Amino acid sequence: MTLRARTWLCAAGALGVAVLLVTAFLRMPEFGGALHAYRDLALPAAIARATPNLVSSVNFDLRALDTLGEETIVAAAVVGTLSLLQPSKEERQRIEPQRGYVMPVVKLAGYLMLPVTLLLGVDVVVHGHLTPGGGFQGGVVLATGWHLLYISGSYPALARLRPIDWCEYAEAAATGLYVVAGLTGLVAGGAFLANVLPKGEFGSLLSAGTVPVLSVLIGIEVAAGLVVLLAQFLGQGLIREEAS
Amino acid sequence: MTTVVLLVALAFVAVAGFAVVATPDPRRQAITLSLFSLCLALLFVALQAPDVALSELAVGAAVVPLLVLLTIRKVGGR
Repeated sequence: MTLRARTWLCAAGALGVAVLLVTAFLRMPEFGGALHAYRDLALPAAIARATPNLVSSVNFDLRALDTLGEETIVAAAVVGTLSLLQPSKEERQRIEPQRGYVMPVVKLAGYLMLPVTLLLGVDVVVHGHLTPGGGFQGGVVLATGWHLLYISGSYPALARLRPIDWCEYAEAAATGLYVVAGLTGLVAGGAFLANVLPKGEFGSLLSAGTVPVLSVLIGIEVAAGLVVLLAQFLGQGLIREEAS
Repeated sequence: MTTVVLLVALAFVAVAGFAVVATPDPRRQAITLSLFSLCLALLFVALQAPDVALSELAVGAAVVPLLVLLTIRKVGGR
């Protein structure tokens, strides 16, 4: 295909997309308007299952199947990174632990923030069904907070306190247990990922049935998965180039 | 009042987004990308979507710039 033909083809495609977008935007509900078809359906359902955080109710109960798909995407990304970026045995010996200089103030801030961040991550995961947040957000906070050890301490310190093997097992186990929880719902409640646990009192920590269980599972999966993923990137970044 | 907050947040996102595109060096771009995500998180809070704001803050402002920087460190010198 010549350049001219390709340009015309691209322009035709772009025009088609533009027409579709404009027609869609013209029929969208007004910004900030009172019309919310989805809210009117989701809000009563979430309240009936004693879940104050509507978003978590959608993620881990009403549309928990979608979260299973997203969880599988994270797992696939981790497996892909592991197979592509895992440093080989001789590369691992060339990993240079410390290069450059970290200001003492940054180190101090890192050490102060480390426990706070880890606590915040656990809090966001555990209270996913009550307050904004949930397994995914809390898991990412946990995984990134753990890496303050690298900024404040050193790579050997991080490597010692970061059991990659166990993170891999935890990632796989949490992914599998999510499916097991779904099958439990199928057996006990008649539908895959049905909310079969007792709903409890509205607003208390142990309420909303399976929502906090699934949130914690996702939290473990995302935290462990991101630690493994970041470890591969960090390891590759620290390999000393061969002297040529 | 709400409109003013929204307009300010939207303006921040627009300026930060332009800054990301206008930054030529990928290393610096990782930092402007992080700032852009921060502005986006503020906009999500203004739109009363704290769940999405948390995700954006954690992934967009921390993990993605970190991965970009590590990748540039590995491949950028060639």
